[in-house]
Amino acid sequence: MNFFAGIDVGSTYTKAIVLDESGAIAGRGIQATGFKLDAAAEATLAVALDETGASRDDVRYIASTGYGRNQVSFRDVQATDLTAQSWGTRHLFPNTSTVLDVGGQTMKAIRLDESGAVRSFRLNDKCAAGTGAFLEKTARYLGYPIREIGPLVEFAKDPVPISGVCAVFAESEVINHVSNGAQPADIMHGAMESLVERSVRLMKRVQMEPEFTLVGGIMRFPTMVRIMGEQLGEEVNVPPEDMVQFTGAIGAAILARKRLEKLAA
Amino acid sequence: MAYAAGVDVGSTQTKAIVVDEEGNIAGRALLPTGANVVQAAQHAFEEALSAGDVHEEDVGFVIGTGYGRYRVEFGDAQITEIVCHSRGAAHMFPETETVLDMGGQDTKAIRIRKGGDVIDFCMNDKCAAGTGRFLQSAAAALEMELSELGPAALRGQRPVKISTTCTVFAESEVLSWLARGKKMEDILLGVHRSISTRSIALLRRVGIEGEITFTGGVTKNDAMVAVLDEMLGTSLNVSDDSHYIGALGAALLALERMRGARVTADTGEVVA
Repeated sequence: MNFFAGIDVGSTYTKAIVLDESGAIAGRGIQATGFKLDAAAEATLAVALDETGASRDDVRYIASTGYGRNQVSFRDVQATDLTAQSWGTRHLFPNTSTVLDVGGQTMKAIRLDESGAVRSFRLNDKCAAGTGAFLEKTARYLGYPIREIGPLVEFAKDPVPISGVCAVFAESEVINHVSNGAQPADIMHGAMESLVERSVRLMKRVQMEPEFTLVGGIMRFPTMVRIMGEQLGEEVNVPPEDMVQFTGAIGAAILARKRLEKLAA
Repeated sequence: MAYAAGVDVGSTQTKAIVVDEEGNIAGRALLPTGANVVQAAQHAFEEALSAGDVHEEDVGFVIGTGYGRYRVEFGDAQITEIVCHSRGAAHMFPETETVLDMGGQDTKAIRIRKGGDVIDFCMNDKCAAGTGRFLQSAAAALEMELSELGPAALRGQRPVKISTTCTVFAESEVLSWLARGKKMEDILLGVHRSISTRSIALLRRVGIEGEITFTGGVTKNDAMVAVLDEMLGTSLNVSDDSHYIGALGAALLALERMRGARVTADTGEVVA
């Protein structure tokens, strides 16, 4: 049996997806990227293959994407994040017109045309205030591990405003709020609102149109998705929780499969 | 003998200075600000008094400055750190016309007239890049003490180009350079150059004139001074008391108030 793999080497996590001959998802893996990008890619692919039950030799074609895509020595082809995300999101939500991808250290807004090609995009990779790192830092200042952000923020009653201009300055803001008696849930909710405001500003710059598809690790938090929907005034598409970080890897795997089909033809 | 005092409550450290009627420093103290800002201000003031053997009732006027100046509960007035740093710098280095204040969380460039009146200033109020905080991130990433960074950076030969602007991302960039086999000293030299570049951009926005006096906590870092000197092509005014300059300025302004002068809050000009 032939298999195809897509590996998305992100700044924080590396994700791998294995497709079978029919194009169905057969396996996936996710690991922290660390600093040895090639090794992270290899290890993550091994996890995905384990789930598939296939051996490395059954993998006919490998596409890499993400910020570390050039470091994947065993790749057959590489695709930019934008191309991979557009294929991945359109695979899950075929009518997607605007994609928002919030990663650990980046935020990207992508506008697709009707055929799924990238029409325009904007990204923030200069400032942590517009990325997952902002929520991570806020949680850390509050003394909560990242995995508790979701449950915590569900208890917000009276969100406090967090200015969100700088993840470092947010620390003093958080400390001030805590010393004034604000609840951690309300502070975290305020941080999410400020991140959403930045996201919507970025999306406006690509002339956003529905349907909106939101991807990236922080979309696992239902509160984040709810605030996005409220601020956009529209329904939003979000992949199921176990897929929300994998759209780039799915897109890359689809490209790998298509590429080999084309070469074979 | 009558005295005046200035208390500079910064984001990281709180400094207090007591001056005598001549404007000479009688006592000084420095403490971490910590979470209890009111207490830090009180303790720093008390320590400066005891260091100078001065009784509190002999202090005629106290001015609070820095980001926590309104938490100096025993203060008679508050004046911005812009004005206080300018006055302190002009006192310590009379030829000063440009001030660079680099603190734990912000960096300010100030243009002044000789004597200390403020002409113009700008600061990084939206982003922590180019501040002492960038050094803290690097120290955290390398598991080093802040005080070890300067000496290590001075041993650097080939500075690594740090591409991140954001202080939060700097930590992972430092680690990724280490993983790629760069020397810690060269990475640190690169970090100092990156901060220096941001600060010089800030200085250019107010215009660089006359002598430049370097103030704030980062003045304790010799590598920062050396890198700024090299990139600016001049020699910055720095003394052992440079991190006290804000508190000194506040104390000198307090002395003027004691003598009955009025000081305008925005430029520090003294109106007799």
